[in-house]
Amino acid sequence: MAYIFQQSLNALQLGSIYALIALGYTMVYGILTMINFAHGDLFMAGAFFCFLIAVYLHLSFVPTLLLSMLGVAFLGVVIERFAYKPLRNAPRVSAIITALGVGLFLENFTLALSPYPKHIPQLLGNTTWTLGSLSISSLQILIIALSLVLMLILDFIVQRTKAGMAMRAISWDKTIVPLMGVSVDKIISLTFAIGTGLGGAAGVMYGLAYPIIDPYMGIMVGWKAFICAVVGGIGNIRGAMIGGFILGAVEIMVAAFLPSTYRDVVAFTLLLILLIVRPYGILGKPQPQKV
Amino acid sequence: MKKSLILIILLVILSLGIYGCGGDDSSKIKIGVIAELTGDVPAVGTSCKNAAEMAVQEINDAGGIQLGEKKYQVKLIIEDNAGKAEQSASSAQKLITQQKVTAIVGPNASRYALPAAEIAETSKTVLITPWSTAPKATLDSKTNVSKKYFFRACFIDPFQGGVLAKFTLDNLKLKKAAVLYDVASEYNKGIAEIFKDVYEKNGGKVVAFETYTTNDKDFSSQLTKIKQANPDVIFLPNYYSEVPLQIQQAKRLGIKAPFIGSDSWGSEELVKLCGADCNDYYFSTHYAADSASDTTKKFIANYKAKYGTTPDDVAALTYDSFGLLWQAIKTAGKNDRQAVRDALAKIPQYEGVTGNMQFKEGSGDPVKSAVILKIKDGKFTWFANAKP
Repeated sequence: MAYIFQQSLNALQLGSIYALIALGYTMVYGILTMINFAHGDLFMAGAFFCFLIAVYLHLSFVPTLLLSMLGVAFLGVVIERFAYKPLRNAPRVSAIITALGVGLFLENFTLALSPYPKHIPQLLGNTTWTLGSLSISSLQILIIALSLVLMLILDFIVQRTKAGMAMRAISWDKTIVPLMGVSVDKIISLTFAIGTGLGGAAGVMYGLAYPIIDPYMGIMVGWKAFICAVVGGIGNIRGAMIGGFILGAVEIMVAAFLPSTYRDVVAFTLLLILLIVRPYGILGKPQPQKV
Repeated sequence: MKKSLILIILLVILSLGIYGCGGDDSSKIKIGVIAELTGDVPAVGTSCKNAAEMAVQEINDAGGIQLGEKKYQVKLIIEDNAGKAEQSASSAQKLITQQKVTAIVGPNASRYALPAAEIAETSKTVLITPWSTAPKATLDSKTNVSKKYFFRACFIDPFQGGVLAKFTLDNLKLKKAAVLYDVASEYNKGIAEIFKDVYEKNGGKVVAFETYTTNDKDFSSQLTKIKQANPDVIFLPNYYSEVPLQIQQAKRLGIKAPFIGSDSWGSEELVKLCGADCNDYYFSTHYAADSASDTTKKFIANYKAKYGTTPDDVAALTYDSFGLLWQAIKTAGKNDRQAVRDALAKIPQYEGVTGNMQFKEGSGDPVKSAVILKIKDGKFTWFANAKP
């Protein structure tokens, strides 16, 4: 019993990080119907910002987190302005290739600065509580709680504020919204800032949980988070959260009860089956083709 | 008219350039190095590059290599494989066909040495890997006989895995082991399987045999499973960049059992990344910097003076690879790939900075002893020797 509970905690920790990254994919897709493949590398940038701030500015956890989120959000807005905006009316493929290019640039830029893996110093005292054979670390609790809080804030912004209403309107119909006096560019920038900022927060938390970071860390995690977004129904914010927790749970539980070599095979087969049953994802809605 | 004139001038300049380069190098022996300068194990590549540059500088300062009447200087060409298997193969191809090197040293990790070795074998060029210990590397993939052009300066995993299994049973007296290894990497997989085999044959029991894939950072599921199996010791035959994460996560999950490792731990980066979490654990490796012979001490002092750090096992093995190569070129008496290969295959034994190596006829694998190091207050200290 304690074993199952321990593995569930592991799954929640991994799942909440996946969910935070998946949100960035889904928000950008919802508003621009474009997949920002550089998102995984922005997540990596978040971890590196955290490293730089913690090592050179010696700040504590909260300012480090906020500054890293700001840094990545700024990077996201700049990338949108200079790499994606000129291509807004270009064929969809051009935008995707550009996104891949931006991702490669971020990886190799970081690599050129220093190829060595970096060690993030411990920003928080880590205590481990033991209950019988169950071990709960304060870090684990913090990651899960912080991710949930960030997701609740995001849900509030999207559902209850004017800017959120504008975001939803743009994803509904991009041509009518400017007629209502909404600045589409501003809302798109805001979306990028929030989406990549959350990715940056995920980078910081990932860096704290797995304190060795390298320029390639974003690739695999980014792909997995993208899968989460698709499974939850891409474009749907609550779907991305659910998708993240599902993938985290599947990955951990497969390794927990089957030989760990089968983890990725079984995990991705299950997700494929889910997509066969629900091709638009769990919360996605089928979009009729307009002629 | 004008255009064609410009074209002709350009062609002349270009051909002069090419001729100039070619003419300049004919009096030099060219040696290629393929190292992991970027990618997942950059500390390995940097050590390899440093030791290679030092070995070449030493021989050039001594006037070069005497072949017949003439003394030849050595030119070093270093290629980065970026920690990728395909780039290792293309680097080998480039060194052999474009740069026309006499021999190649590197790559170091087995997963990169294997593809490069295939190219070297088909192009009939000597390739010495300093650090690749996977037994498969020296064997032909189709016929399973020894490759003709592939040599190494290190012992192989069947020996290392056996040493570790026996050390755990006899010296540490721990009878229940768990293993966590990277199933996608040639080296990790090979040594994990050999360890399990020898350990169980000698009376131990492997209670958990768990895997992950390269670039994973979360091992919580596998480690929770290992904790459930309650082992006395956990064997992590993984690279220095991953081991600290595994040990730290295990401690966070409340695992108290000690850890042991293999030669892939032996980089100073391990201690930097791990901090105090890795203290008091043991791993097997090629040489101990603190209990060394006179030649080794001289090498360590020179390396320290040049680069400011103690040479790790990759640096020492790279230096030995060059030592072997110089001896082979001198014996061959000419700068010719085939002659160098034949001379190298006939070297019966070599006294290097990592100890005595003996070569059996027809095999590129040396027979040499291993050492067990203990991590004490962030320093690697000699603990025991293991003879072949």
